[in-house]
Amino acid sequence: MNEIGISLDTVWMLLAAMLVFWMQPGFALCEAGFTRSKNTANILMKNFVDFMFGSLLFFFLGFGFMFGSEGAGFIGKPNWGDLSFYKGDLPVEGFLIFETVFCATSATIVSGAMAERTKFSMYLVYSACISLFIYPVEGHWTWGGGWLCNDAADSFMMLTFGDVFHDFAGSAIVHSVGGVLALIGAMALGPRIGKYAADGKSRAIPGHNLTLASLGVFILWLGWFGFNPGSQLAASGEVNRTAISHVFLTTNLAAVAGGTATMFVTWMKYGKPSLSLTLNGVLAGLVGITAGCDLVSPTGAVVIGLVCGIILVFAIEFIDRRLHIDDPVGASSVHGVCGILGTLMTGLLSTSNGALYGHGWGFFGAECFGILVIDLWAAVCGLVLFYGIRKLFGLRVDKRIEEEGLDVYEHGEMCYN
Amino acid sequence: MKKIEAIIRKTKFEEVKEALLRSDIDWFEYHNVHGIGQSRQERIYRGVQYSTDVIERVALTIVCRDQFVEPTVKVILEVAHTGEIGDGRIFVSEMIDTWSIRTGENGDTVLRDKK
Repeated sequence: MNEIGISLDTVWMLLAAMLVFWMQPGFALCEAGFTRSKNTANILMKNFVDFMFGSLLFFFLGFGFMFGSEGAGFIGKPNWGDLSFYKGDLPVEGFLIFETVFCATSATIVSGAMAERTKFSMYLVYSACISLFIYPVEGHWTWGGGWLCNDAADSFMMLTFGDVFHDFAGSAIVHSVGGVLALIGAMALGPRIGKYAADGKSRAIPGHNLTLASLGVFILWLGWFGFNPGSQLAASGEVNRTAISHVFLTTNLAAVAGGTATMFVTWMKYGKPSLSLTLNGVLAGLVGITAGCDLVSPTGAVVIGLVCGIILVFAIEFIDRRLHIDDPVGASSVHGVCGILGTLMTGLLSTSNGALYGHGWGFFGAECFGILVIDLWAAVCGLVLFYGIRKLFGLRVDKRIEEEGLDVYEHGEMCYN
Repeated sequence: MKKIEAIIRKTKFEEVKEALLRSDIDWFEYHNVHGIGQSRQERIYRGVQYSTDVIERVALTIVCRDQFVEPTVKVILEVAHTGEIGDGRIFVSEMIDTWSIRTGENGDTVLRDKK
């Protein structure tokens, strides 16, 4: 490849990294808006911590765990801050930044689900663990060239399914892992005081500012135009410029289809079109398309968005009313359920190897197997981590602190004065 | 006919509201109020320590017929209590007259307390 081509690719990758970094304020505002004003400083702080810890730990160790030691191992060699091991066309430091912002995105999904009742110090422990090993290990299995994406003819995936696991930008690797951890974290914590009546009936605890939440979702949406098209990691040449344009289009179509579907489902189900759920619906479509945004047709993207937007409403209701798991922002439904759905639908709707296009069920099988393994890993880590913390140190703040707000007691600073 | 004014902790508002509804007081107003009192909070903002003497509380205003005064006060005393400084105060005063604007009726029977 020529010099200018590589430079163009690098600039595109760094530009995309900026957009993905911009998803951090998106998450922060979204989560702040969906929770109460007495806990706003706390949730903003958690979003900063996720990025600060994520960047440091991923630089020193996680990058090596994820991309170190060629081959099909369980985990890469830790790099101890040394980047020289990495061999690729793109400059390693730029690539590290790009991978760092993805890692931090996975980490920051959980803070919303555990909002308004988690001890800040214990949240730090979780945040360190996901950036240090939970994300890098499953990332190594896939994007790091590990066994789930090993396309050698005699590899396990090729022999079993005739195809490798495909997750273009991270429906499974980034979002479903964050979503599964969010669900388990919220489960280990228990519901907020007043969330469920004595007879088990769910109560609404409205967020304090839907303007912030809406801005957060728009920012996330913009960030996704780096998240998905950026994952091509190249822009030069006809193949790449076509690919990133295609991904741009599928990403946007799924987002609008998701939001539209959710709007109409809530309209029919609850009598009024719900803004707060439609915000979730847009994100549901975006999470869903992330795995297959390069493989599905634009119409396929609309289908994925619609399915995710519809299922989302029922998932939120099921988790809230049946499982009695209190997830204030719907992170487990948006990122967990729709991350899984999007990965599976890639196996059906991929134009090059999907089952519905007459290419057989091998690729769908690979997608099913891949998402199962990845989320099993996340679930086991989450169970050990959150229930371990709960047992050893306690995960939750005292009743009085929860009632009066985490801002005053955990941080000494209120968001609104 | 009496007016009961109760200043309670913000965190106790939901519980007190539920308890009042259970004891048939289903009509009252409330405001967020700021006050000065014994309760102090030491806070640190950007490394600088300061003490807030502004106390945020909720004030309930309940107008009811005489026979409801005692049970209402009892409920608030019970539910709003934590035992720490800053639990609040209850004031009871006499009301002279009342009208319903919608119907033009006059006297304490227009109050919507049941029984």
